[in-house]
Amino acid sequence: MKVSAIITLKKDVLDPQGKVIQQTLDGMGFKDVNEVRQGKYFEIDVKENDPKKAQKIVEDMCNKLLANLVIENYKIIEIQ
Amino acid sequence: MKSAVITFPGSNCDRDMHVALNKFGFKNKMVWHNDNELPKSDLVVLPGGFSYGDYLRCGSMASKSKIMQSVINFAKSGGLVMGICNGFQILVESGLVPGVLLRNRYLEFICKNVFVKIDNKDNPYFKNLDKEVFELHIAHNEGNYFCTNDQLKEIQDNNQVAIYYCNDNGKTEEKFNPNGSLNNIAGIFNKEKNVLGMMPHPERMIDESLSGEDGSIFFRNLLNNIK
Repeated sequence: MKVSAIITLKKDVLDPQGKVIQQTLDGMGFKDVNEVRQGKYFEIDVKENDPKKAQKIVEDMCNKLLANLVIENYKIIEIQ
Repeated sequence: MKSAVITFPGSNCDRDMHVALNKFGFKNKMVWHNDNELPKSDLVVLPGGFSYGDYLRCGSMASKSKIMQSVINFAKSGGLVMGICNGFQILVESGLVPGVLLRNRYLEFICKNVFVKIDNKDNPYFKNLDKEVFELHIAHNEGNYFCTNDQLKEIQDNNQVAIYYCNDNGKTEEKFNPNGSLNNIAGIFNKEKNVLGMMPHPERMIDESLSGEDGSIFFRNLLNNIK
């Protein structure tokens, strides 16, 4: 199964990259932006045909390596 | 006294640390990240550099390498483990010291001398130092220390802040904070104070004609403390 996960910075963690992206967008004329937060996206193809088990495997990966839970949250967004 | 410096793929301060430790009387061994066992050591050092190209998050891959299980066991049994710069990032990723190191506030790689103040001498690293303010070198992109409010309270309650960024008089004001670190924190201990993580590089300040000698004071004192 292919499992997609996104990792985002927690709300109260400063995201300097997001801030610079927002400033650049502003300079380009995109004036209606409240905030930009940058995250990470993973597509992981696991050797598991059961969607629930596949999700569990990737959640385990997120907890142990892909995300740092002090500053980041993760979310499984698609399993196919 | 015996020490071990771990080399990860992408470490680049490992040999500088080796030279510094040997200069001040340690018998140092270099240890490859893929080894399973640490040699018998009084001190283990995780050096600076860019382990695994800083992929995913700085220090995250190195914190899962084979040798780290031995380093974690050594630390848990009370052994002295010091992480400098990328080594500090590896320590936070392995959970040996609390918090994380984020991108520097202004997204710039900072390479310069800074002053740091030692706050707490009740530990094997700084005990007996007769100096509080040190001039050391920093060179990093991710040195912006951050932790949760709960962690910060615990760190403060246990006196775990090792060093703060300051000016040459030891004033720890926000304007002397190079990278946006929470409360000007430049280095922290674990609860037991046998694990030290810090961004500045003492191994770059061991030769008067090249830099300065504040690193020499640190290494000489450390050797005397653990003799």
